[in-house]
Amino acid sequence: MSRRLAPYLLILPGGLWLLLFFVVPMVAMLSLSLQQGDVVSGYQLTWHWQTYVDGISNYQTQIIRSLWYGFITTVLQIVLAFPIAYWIAFRGGRNKSVYLFLILLPFFVSFVLRTISWKFILTDESFVLAPLKDVGLVSQDFHILGTPMAVIGGLTYNFLPFMILPIYVALERIDPRVVEAARDLYASPVQTFRKVIFPLALPGVFAGVLMTFVPASSDYINSEILGSSGTTMIGQVIQSQYLRSQNYPTAAALSFALMAILLVGIFTYARALGTEDVLKVAAR
Amino acid sequence: MTATIRTQAGQPTGPNRSDTPAIELVGVAKEYHSHGDVVAAVKGVDLAIGEGEFFSMLGPSGCGKTTTMRMIAGFEDPTRGSVFLHGEEVTGVAPNKRDVNMVFQSYALFPHMSVFENVAFGLKRKNVASPEIRQRVAEMLAIVDLTGREKRQPRELSGGQQQRVALARALVNRPRALLLDEPLGALDLKLRQHMQVELKRIQREVGVTFVYVTHDQNEALTMSDRIAVMNDGSIEHLGTPREIYEHPATKFVAGFIGTSNLLGGAVSALDNGRAVITFGPGERIVVPLPRNGVRPGQNLELTVRPEKIDITTAEPAAGDRSIVRGVVTEVVYLGTSTNYNVRTSAGSEVVVFDQNASNADFVAVRGDHVYLSWNPQHSYAIGDR
Repeated sequence: MSRRLAPYLLILPGGLWLLLFFVVPMVAMLSLSLQQGDVVSGYQLTWHWQTYVDGISNYQTQIIRSLWYGFITTVLQIVLAFPIAYWIAFRGGRNKSVYLFLILLPFFVSFVLRTISWKFILTDESFVLAPLKDVGLVSQDFHILGTPMAVIGGLTYNFLPFMILPIYVALERIDPRVVEAARDLYASPVQTFRKVIFPLALPGVFAGVLMTFVPASSDYINSEILGSSGTTMIGQVIQSQYLRSQNYPTAAALSFALMAILLVGIFTYARALGTEDVLKVAAR
Repeated sequence: MTATIRTQAGQPTGPNRSDTPAIELVGVAKEYHSHGDVVAAVKGVDLAIGEGEFFSMLGPSGCGKTTTMRMIAGFEDPTRGSVFLHGEEVTGVAPNKRDVNMVFQSYALFPHMSVFENVAFGLKRKNVASPEIRQRVAEMLAIVDLTGREKRQPRELSGGQQQRVALARALVNRPRALLLDEPLGALDLKLRQHMQVELKRIQREVGVTFVYVTHDQNEALTMSDRIAVMNDGSIEHLGTPREIYEHPATKFVAGFIGTSNLLGGAVSALDNGRAVITFGPGERIVVPLPRNGVRPGQNLELTVRPEKIDITTAEPAAGDRSIVRGVVTEVVYLGTSTNYNVRTSAGSEVVVFDQNASNADFVAVRGDHVYLSWNPQHSYAIGDR
C-alpha cells in the first residue's frame, strides 16, 4: 500500500509548489485578462475578449518586431555557437570542462548588469567606437546604441550559452569512429561535415532554438537598456502596461497572446522540422 | 625482418600484379608525445602484404597493431617510414584519397542513415551513377545476406547484422584492400565463430586483400594466410599460422600463441646439429640447434607444445626421445582431453594435453611421479628476440 503511494508522496512537494506558484497565478492572469474596471473601483470578470483584439492590433508592430528580433538572434546564435561547440567537443581535449565553465561564467553576473556592461561598450564615446572614429574608420555621427543592431547584439550575447550547450552535447555524443568512417569512405572534410557531423548535431540545434528563440522574443531588458523608442519589443509593452499604465487586463491579455503565438510557432516548427525528419533530409 | 611477397594460386596475374605487393610498409614508426615524453607505439615495421592475401596482425592490446593499421588507412601519419599501396607511395595522403576501406571494431555505422544509405555512402562520394549504386548495393547486401533490410536503421539491427552492414559498406567500393580492426570483438562466441567462417567465404568470393587486426589467436590461426605477431611496437614473428604455431620465433610468440611449455638448461653437448641438455640420470632433452648456434655450457631455452608430450608412469624406452621426470600437480578433465600440470625435476611447470581416446582412466593422478617424453623434432630452441 505504502509502496504504491510512495511516488505520489514524492511528487507532492514539487506538485504543490507548481500548483501554488505557477498554476494559480496563470489562472489568475487569464481571468484578469478577461476583466474590466480600474485600479480604484476594482475589476469584474466580464469575459471581455475585445481586450485581446485591441491589444494585438494596437501593438502588432511590437509583436512582429519581437518575433523578427528573436528570429535574427536565433540565426546569429546558430552561426556563432556551432563553431564554438564544435571546437570544444572535438578540439577541447582534456580541458573541455574548463571551456564549458568559461562559457557559463558570465551567468555568475546578473543579466541586467551584463546588459549594462554592453551599453558601456557600445556608447559613442566607448573604448571601441571612439578609436574607430578617431582613425576615421567609421563616420563621426555613427551610432550603435539605440539601434536594432545593439538590441539584437545584446540578445544574441545574453542567450548564446543556451545555444552552445545543447549543440555541444549533440556533437560530444558523435562517435569519432563514425567521422573517421566517413573520411574512409571518400568524404572530404567538408562533405564529412555536411553529411555526417551536422546532421548528427541537428537535435542539439533544434533544442538550442527552442531554448533561445522563446526568451529572446519575449525579452524586455535588452531593448530597454540598449535600444530606443524605435526598437520597443512586446516584453517592454507588457511591462509598462503593468507598471506604468496599470492597465492590468491589457498587460495580461498581451502576455497570453504572446504565449499563444510562441506556442503555435514552436509547435509548427517542431512539426515541420521534427528531428527525425531533419535527419532523413540530411541523409540524402 | 622483411617478409617475402606471396601470391595466392588462382589470382589473376597481370604484368605487375604478382610482383607488386598490395600493401607495403617500409621502416614505419609512430611516436606520440605525451607529457614531454616520446612514446613509441610502432618501432620500425617492414611488411609486404600480397594481393588477395588474408593477413592478420596479432598481438596484445598496446602492441601497435591498430596504430599500424590506422597508418595504412591514413588516420595516422607515420613519424618515420613510408606506406605503399600497390607500389604507389601514400604516406601523408588523406584517408578519403586512399583506395582502402576499413571495418571498425564498433562498426561506426552512420546512425542517421538507413542500411541502403550506409552502404551507398562511399559510392555517392565517388559520384557513381544512381542505377549503378542501386545495383552494386543490392549485390553486396546479397553477399552479406541482408537483402530486404535496405530501409532499416542501424539501431534496428542485431550486432551481427550491423557487422555485416559495416562489411558491405566497405566492400561495395571494391577497395584494393580491406582493413578490419577487431571486427568480431563485440560479438558473442557463437556468432563470432559463425562470422569467422562467413568472413573467410566473403574474402574468397570477392578476392580482396584482407588485413585483419585481432588479439584473438584462434581467430588469427583459423582465418589467416599469414600472421604478423606484434609485441611492443615490433613484429616478433611473421609467417603462416602453422609456422608460427609450430616454430615460434621468440619466447613471446611461443607464450602468446596457444599454450606453450618453456624448458631450459645448460647445454652439455652438441650432437649432429642438435643440442643436448642432461639433468639427472635418464633425463635429457634433445633439441635442434637454434639458427644463431650455441656452445656447450651456454643456457638454452626451448618450447614444446602440450599436445606433443606423452605422459607415462613407466619409464619410456630411451631411444631418440627427450625424457623429463616430474610430479603431477593438477589433473583437469576437459571432456575430449585431459590436462596434466607437471612440475619437472628441474622445477619447470609443464602442461600436457592427453586425448581421451579409448582409455577411460586417467594416466596419472595428483602426486604421481611421471615421465614426460617427446620427439625432439617437436621442440624448438628460442631466442629472446
